[in-house]
Amino acid sequence: MFSLSVRRITAALLAVGLFALPARAATELTMYYPIAVGGPIPKLIDSMIAEFEKGHPAIKVTAVYAGNYDDTRNKALAALKAGNPVQLSVLFSIDLFELIDQDVIVPFDDLVTAADKPWLESFYPGLMENSRTKGKTWGIPFQRSTIVLYWNKDAFKQAGLDPNKPPATWGEMVEMAKRLVQKGASGNVTRYGLMIPSTGYPYWMFQALARQNGEVLMNQDGNRTFFDKPAVVEALAFWRDLGGTHGVMPKGTVEWGTLREAFLQGKTAMMWHTTGNLTPVRTGAKFDFGVAMLPASKMRGSPTGGGNFYVFKKASPEERKAAVAFIKWMTAPEQAARWSIETGYMGVTRAAYDTPALKKYAAEFPAAAVARDQLQHAVAELAVHENARVKKLLDDAIQAALTGGKEPKAALAEAQAGAERILSRYRR
Amino acid sequence: MENAAALLLAVLWILPLAYAVWAAFHPPEYATRFDLTAPLTLGNFQRAWAVAPFARYIVNTVLLVTMVLAAQFVLCTLAAYAFARFAFPGRDLAFALVLVQILIVPEVLLVENYTTLSRLDLVDTVPAIGLPYMASAFGIFLLRQTFKQVPRDLEEAAQVEGAGVLRVLLSVYVPLARPTYLAYGLVSVSYHWNNFLWPLVVTNSVETRPITVGLGIFAAPETGVSWAVISAGTLLSVAPLLVAFLLFQRQFVQSFMRAGIK
Amino acid sequence: MRRLLGGRRLDAVHGWLLLLPAAVLLATFTHYPILASLVDSVRSTPRGGQPAVFVGLENYGFMAADPIFWRVMGNNVVFALGTIPASIVLALLMATWIDRRLPARALVRLAYFTPTILPMVAVANIWLFFYTPQFGLLDQVRALFGAAHHNWLGDPSTVMGCLIVMTVWKEAGFFSIFYLAALQHLPPDLKEAAAIEGTPRWTFFRRVTLPLLMPTTLFVLVNATINSFKLVDQLFILTKGGPDNASNLLLYYLYEVAFGYNDWAYAATLTVLLLAILAVLAIAQFGLIERRVHYR
Repeated sequence: MFSLSVRRITAALLAVGLFALPARAATELTMYYPIAVGGPIPKLIDSMIAEFEKGHPAIKVTAVYAGNYDDTRNKALAALKAGNPVQLSVLFSIDLFELIDQDVIVPFDDLVTAADKPWLESFYPGLMENSRTKGKTWGIPFQRSTIVLYWNKDAFKQAGLDPNKPPATWGEMVEMAKRLVQKGASGNVTRYGLMIPSTGYPYWMFQALARQNGEVLMNQDGNRTFFDKPAVVEALAFWRDLGGTHGVMPKGTVEWGTLREAFLQGKTAMMWHTTGNLTPVRTGAKFDFGVAMLPASKMRGSPTGGGNFYVFKKASPEERKAAVAFIKWMTAPEQAARWSIETGYMGVTRAAYDTPALKKYAAEFPAAAVARDQLQHAVAELAVHENARVKKLLDDAIQAALTGGKEPKAALAEAQAGAERILSRYRR
Repeated sequence: MENAAALLLAVLWILPLAYAVWAAFHPPEYATRFDLTAPLTLGNFQRAWAVAPFARYIVNTVLLVTMVLAAQFVLCTLAAYAFARFAFPGRDLAFALVLVQILIVPEVLLVENYTTLSRLDLVDTVPAIGLPYMASAFGIFLLRQTFKQVPRDLEEAAQVEGAGVLRVLLSVYVPLARPTYLAYGLVSVSYHWNNFLWPLVVTNSVETRPITVGLGIFAAPETGVSWAVISAGTLLSVAPLLVAFLLFQRQFVQSFMRAGIK
Repeated sequence: MRRLLGGRRLDAVHGWLLLLPAAVLLATFTHYPILASLVDSVRSTPRGGQPAVFVGLENYGFMAADPIFWRVMGNNVVFALGTIPASIVLALLMATWIDRRLPARALVRLAYFTPTILPMVAVANIWLFFYTPQFGLLDQVRALFGAAHHNWLGDPSTVMGCLIVMTVWKEAGFFSIFYLAALQHLPPDLKEAAAIEGTPRWTFFRRVTLPLLMPTTLFVLVNATINSFKLVDQLFILTKGGPDNASNLLLYYLYEVAFGYNDWAYAATLTVLLLAILAVLAIAQFGLIERRVHYR
């Protein structure tokens, strides 16, 4: 009886051991990723991972879609706090300082070998602005975008405008938008000239306006903001006036999430939106549309945006190695090109745009290259310490001004004072 | 007059759901256009099903609801029995402490409860979603009232036959409280099927997310998924409970009534 | 028999043993977190490797100086005042209607009750379509009457109203169930007596039915009040508390502070405040209404 049970146990252990062996040989990675625009992103990610795993049988990757950028950061930090296994993630590029302050990420300089240095240098410098601080590289650009102007060519034609000439300056944009506004019999607006979304990521759109007016909103160290500079206030006043005095945009806030639908339904002739929306707009539009760089006031300008790969400190040495291999593969030219074509996000390296696939795509569909061309005018996205809190101060100020609750100057002065209170601690 | 008002209100009340059904069963271009000749389609459901793992979410929810209900039945029965039939020092104080949970619902305490669960290494598990709700003050209260109405003679008869404490509970009290269990069960199931905030906080992955959290992530406006598909997803996630409600409407309503008046 | 010899002590042991499992869970997830919130609210948030330290009432001072907090409090009062009376009155109306003979009563009842069993997140999804400017359902209907479209959720002066309407829609049916139960348990002879005396219906309702329904009203009131502080699911879908915090509610703000800003100490402070509000409301409601119930 005793010997029998020992035999049984041994057999069971052997069986477990046999099955466990191949599993143990694989390094398992879990990553979180966000989605800020629609489209078949989860499917695409899964299929890219499947392809990666085919080439790297010793690595297994599980990708978890965790909501928008903020949700995903919250989830990743929460998972780390709770000790759940997560080794890497695609998170907001601007969460850089928060992730450093929370001491959860490792710089890539500590992860890569000397042979990988050229890889770190292969990304567009404009995209790396949100990846580097204190002389180290903490994030690898992946799901990156800039803001572009989408315009409805049919509406332009109908309004007697040149359908192939998007506005190049603020003045032109307002003039064109005025002509594009369409009113129904009772005098109600049935089509607006322009919509700039002011929920979801209002600070991001605002950065574009501020940049075009010649200003940046924060310093490189992420511990000082410039929300109350006169040119910044002017930019917010301009935004408010689009809905107010000019009447080319709805009053109040414009919803980020439903804006694409509004554009596709012809409720607005122009919209500012992320390039990440390019492919969904392309598949959904029943009319001819164009994509252009954002117009200039004193200069052209747009912030970059989107998500970077980060590797977490908690990952073991093998996991870190596997994570780097995975990230390298995901950002390699062929994958970056495929990602860009299927989503509309940018190809993150010059090499991606040199691949035959993306070259051909950009030739057929010139809009696909606009984001890249705009990169020369791009600035880093708003990234400071305690970013979520500072960002909310600015978001609230913008919405207060747009909804008429406060004058732009007062709203921004308040936001600046709030940001000062938080950031002064990080200047010592 | 009053009948007309009642009917009008009923129409208003069902309108949102009716609209969701309209949007879900027609091609996306009809989501905001009402044309009786619009073609019917199941395409939106296929797309919703393909975009998000609804099947998995529903499995998680069923698992959650079952687990919570089973635990609630056991824990609340034992506690209610204690309060109804045993005199022990500190009973009144203990009962008052139990009732605290009726006012201070677990949602309000999500920050500290999250910290506790992460210390226990239970974050992102299905039991974690249920744990704060398992000892339900409402359930204890309800069952205590029911047990108190059970005639003592029945209990004493069982004791004469040699039944112990648990045997008496199982053979006398529980069978007599069946309507209460049904009532409480339905209330609990619909509560946890629909619960969102706490599960959102405590789950991180597809393997644990209940349907509400899955739907919230799938349909958040920034994903820009088309309305038709969101409507389809919404209907998919409410379907199981809604169908159950339509089939057992009377029981549902009576259960809610019972749970309310006790 | 058990009760004769040492029954008392045995009873105590059994009682506590039976209570134990529930007590452990309640202590862990209700009583402990209440105390822990109090403790955490007088400590700092650990950041960047610095441990939490005792800071006295600093967090409370921060709360008192936080304009968003005051905005959110004000919103919550508006939300409570907007949802509670409206859903109670509607619930009572619905219950009296269903209680009477009514054409298609089963369908009417179904329509009233259905929102109750739908998840708030799903409901918010549907209502988002209603409130979307221009091509949303509400604006389409208004356009039929020549009205201009309106930015319902993007306008601080209407966004709260939109949330209130939706919440009333969701809750009224649920509360009407309790009124229906109470109505069906009213002694029928009262009604007969009134019919014989020829008492007008409204007088009967005001003088007899309403007072008899007082316990139910109390129950519903407590529930509705708790809900107005704990129900924030819709904000995740509809507004995220915007524009400019015009629709932000206390529990949602608490969530943001905790899981968005990782400011756990401030979150604990807000939790303590929320607990205090709930406690005060409970005491006030029971005290006030209990008295009225008895005097009738």
